[in-house]
Amino acid sequence: MAVTRRSWTGWRFAGPFLAVFALVYVAPIAYSFYLSLFRTRLIGGTTFVGFDNYVQAVGDPQFWSAFGRVALFLAVQVPIMLFLALLAALAIDSGRLYGTGFFRISVFLPYAVPAAVAALMWGFMYGAQFGLVGDLNDAFGLSLPDPLSAELVLLSIGNIVTWEFVGYNMLILYSALRVVNPSLYEAAQIDGAGQLRIVWAIKLPALRGALLVATIFSIIGSFHLFNEPAILRNLAPNAITTYFTPNLYAYWLSFAGQRFDYSAAIAIVMGVITMVVAYAVQLRGMRRGALS
Amino acid sequence: MTTNRRHTLLLGAVALSMSLLAAACGADPGGSDPGGGSAAPASTAAANEVQAALDAGGTLKVWAWEPTLKQVVAGFQAKYPKVTVDLVNAGTGNDQYTALQNAIKAGSGVPDVAQIEYYALPQFSLAKSVTDLRAFGADQLQGTFTPGPWASVHSGAGVYGLPMDSGPMALFYNKDVFDKHGIEVPATWDDFVAAAEKLHAADPKAYITNDTGDAGFTTSLIWQAGGRPYQVDGTSVAVNFGDAGTQKFTSTWQKLVSGKLVAPIGSWSDAWYKGLSDGTIASLVIGAWMPANLESGVKAGAGKWRVAPMPQWESGGKATSENGGSSLAVPEAAANKALAYAFLKYAAVEEGVQARVDGGAFPATTAQLSSPAFQDKEFPYFGGQQVNKVLAESANQVADGWSYLPYQVYANSVFNDTVGKAYAGGATLSEGLKSWQDASIKYGQEQGFSVR
Amino acid sequence: MTSKPLVIRHARHVRHARRHPVRRRSATLTALTGIMLVYSLLPLAWLLVNATKTQEGLLGSNGLWFAGEFALFDNVAATLTYDGGIFTRWLLNTVLYVVLGAGGATLLATVAGYGLAKFDFPGKKAVFAVVIGAVAVPGTALAVPTFLMFSRMGLTDTPWAIIVPSLVSPFGLYLMWTYAAGAVPDEILESARVDGSREFHTFVRIGLPLLAPGIVTVLLFTVVATWNNYFLPLIMLKDPDWYPLTLGLAGWNAQAVTAGGDVIFNLVITGSLLTIIPLIAAFLLLQRYWQSGLAAGSVKG
Repeated sequence: MAVTRRSWTGWRFAGPFLAVFALVYVAPIAYSFYLSLFRTRLIGGTTFVGFDNYVQAVGDPQFWSAFGRVALFLAVQVPIMLFLALLAALAIDSGRLYGTGFFRISVFLPYAVPAAVAALMWGFMYGAQFGLVGDLNDAFGLSLPDPLSAELVLLSIGNIVTWEFVGYNMLILYSALRVVNPSLYEAAQIDGAGQLRIVWAIKLPALRGALLVATIFSIIGSFHLFNEPAILRNLAPNAITTYFTPNLYAYWLSFAGQRFDYSAAIAIVMGVITMVVAYAVQLRGMRRGALS
Repeated sequence: MTTNRRHTLLLGAVALSMSLLAAACGADPGGSDPGGGSAAPASTAAANEVQAALDAGGTLKVWAWEPTLKQVVAGFQAKYPKVTVDLVNAGTGNDQYTALQNAIKAGSGVPDVAQIEYYALPQFSLAKSVTDLRAFGADQLQGTFTPGPWASVHSGAGVYGLPMDSGPMALFYNKDVFDKHGIEVPATWDDFVAAAEKLHAADPKAYITNDTGDAGFTTSLIWQAGGRPYQVDGTSVAVNFGDAGTQKFTSTWQKLVSGKLVAPIGSWSDAWYKGLSDGTIASLVIGAWMPANLESGVKAGAGKWRVAPMPQWESGGKATSENGGSSLAVPEAAANKALAYAFLKYAAVEEGVQARVDGGAFPATTAQLSSPAFQDKEFPYFGGQQVNKVLAESANQVADGWSYLPYQVYANSVFNDTVGKAYAGGATLSEGLKSWQDASIKYGQEQGFSVR
Repeated sequence: MTSKPLVIRHARHVRHARRHPVRRRSATLTALTGIMLVYSLLPLAWLLVNATKTQEGLLGSNGLWFAGEFALFDNVAATLTYDGGIFTRWLLNTVLYVVLGAGGATLLATVAGYGLAKFDFPGKKAVFAVVIGAVAVPGTALAVPTFLMFSRMGLTDTPWAIIVPSLVSPFGLYLMWTYAAGAVPDEILESARVDGSREFHTFVRIGLPLLAPGIVTVLLFTVVATWNNYFLPLIMLKDPDWYPLTLGLAGWNAQAVTAGGDVIFNLVITGSLLTIIPLIAAFLLLQRYWQSGLAAGSVKG
């Protein structure tokens, strides 16, 4: 896709971003890596331990149980969410909806809800005692299972994440459709193509790059799952352990356990795994011609 | 004042954030602490130093979330016009500890005074990140405070904070609900279980109380029952939930949990306030700081609630325990320690105490607790009951010999990972406590303690 | 997919095309999306309904229906005046962080995304790997090291501690990268260069208009992200005068878990509703720029 000879001009464009990026992303990671080579104890102070923290992380059953949970989450929730987002984006782009503008903003709004209030809201929605679930049970004589029980809580979290991010991903895809040159549609119609054919032959290929970005960031989001379980943990402390997801575990180790060295090691291990998966998806996408 | 060990509702992060002690430990060169055992400076010299600091004036930064401290600050500044107090709410409980540890490790932005709950104080004193106040004659204050809180600010011989308030436990109950179902106020925990069964049978939506597993509550009940699971001697600790007192607690409480007789609602959530308002949570066994919370958060309960002594493990017994409460401490890295101590004394011993009591706080000072004005006060919310009489009596009956782990903040944070299984139906309370014990021991070993 | 080149060849001959010449609206499609609409809005309906309740009303009524008393305006007034009107101060802080943080982030991401999509330069592949790699490490575990670094630089407890990290949106970068790759035809850039236009000038004159829908999208995302930023301010700020709305509201919420605290769930809910309104306004304001792709496309196509 690049149009010029290899030159340094691109750096002038990418440079400012990368400078700030180095400061707020790369430097803290480098510092964390440095810290992860030590172990600090309440009694005995700080000692250099080399890669001991990494060895411990790789053999830590709590870490792997957390990892298994987010891997399952990734395999189930991300496809559903992206599929719904794709349908929504195609629907509003089709111009065949009544109230497109209203739909667009309504589906996006959940993303804008501050986390503090999301906690209150979902506490109400999922509440088996005073909440919606409790009301439904009372009103219809049902006995719906408690959404916050240990068996269902991952599903309940998946529901919240989907609710929050369908609109978000819809917008990514929608705006990618908006940069498609409209004359393509005109031309396709001149060729006698129907709506479905246009979707298949023009819109989906045009969405490939955006879909790839959405997928990669959804993978990262799943592996980093934190906010939603952390919020729900206040309502279901016994169903959501402190090692429910790798990120929650790392956070807990650092903030409650004072093990920021080990926490950094967990985070870096998780980062490496995430990067490998994201990179594999990216390479696969590139082979199909998405990013240049 | 304080409270809760669990922040419900808030952003997860709030609930999560906790102290980062290792940080402090690593960064603190540990210089100036007087250390355990060495004699404190002569108290007159100390008093002079504090007075000199007040005369010189200056600015104090105070980190605290307790609401009545606003009035204390106003009074302090009026009395000492040369002193400016910058009162900052740096987060409630664990959020604030995290911030404090971060600031200590970074070596900048450390406040002069910090509010620290009793159960969290040992971590700070062990790491020497708060000042031993004997340097200012705090050891002379013996007798000023009730024994529970006074013991809580000690680590060895050192005094690492001044008690700001206390939380001797009592039974708060909704008299309307009790009367409606003909339930007697339980005097023992066996009565309490019977009352729980009777209430829930009469109204399946109503529960005697709520419990989803709360470390602070559980340890307080074990404390009352005579259990002493934590033994701490400097850097040597023992954790044992197998003692007789603990078993007394588990055998009784297991009946409530297994029988689904406690509401599965976490304390401090809006559902909790809802249950307290509509009577479906009919009582709470909780710290003496609760009246102000009921008045503010459960307005619908006005006139309905009453306070009774904490149920006993043995009929006729007179033992209570503490639940919550906090101290004011001076970080080792504070800029002006003498002035900070002057504020501590004002807030915890002098005029500030009365200002806080007037604001609804429950004091830790014997003078206030025994004063007729305090004891005779009638609370309209509690139907005119002289609530403080019950609460002050509880303060005098707190069982002694209790100590928290020097890493209790972490231990409490994994309570629901372990004991929580008992509430989810996957284990008994004893089994849960055993795995909590194992987790606490493992962590202690990792942190370099010698754990027995 | 095989038909794509074919279509493009046709497209070159078609100018001033109207988007979707056939616009039959479909009731079926509308009904289907309606389900999603309800799914999205139900929890927000809860927020709206409950913002009309007093604190007692909140505790004494069903969540999905109104309590007897309609207290929305009282709640709004109370929210704006509580604790000396601190809410307004938080609102202004948030606006400051959003304007500088999200604005800067969008600018940096747009320029860099364009650069990555349209230029070949040494180290470009490494840029991709480093950015993905850094984003892959969970940030929560890095909070403490970041705090310590910023503290050493004297940035903590200042607005810069919030603004500087907000300037980077790796997600925005990727989005702009893909948008620029798709939306800015190489031929146009080539011809601009032939005309002797300087690179940056070409970017401003040709690239920006073509990228408008993408820029708006990235801006929207960064605005929302900065507006709702909670974790970073929690770690970095202790001075309530610099708090953003999220931190302030969380503090109000925390009063319910503090002994002696004033329980004000009603103000937390009303405050949250007030917090969302500016975001809706921003959305409505920005969404018309999604149309600009049409204009740019028809002119440059």
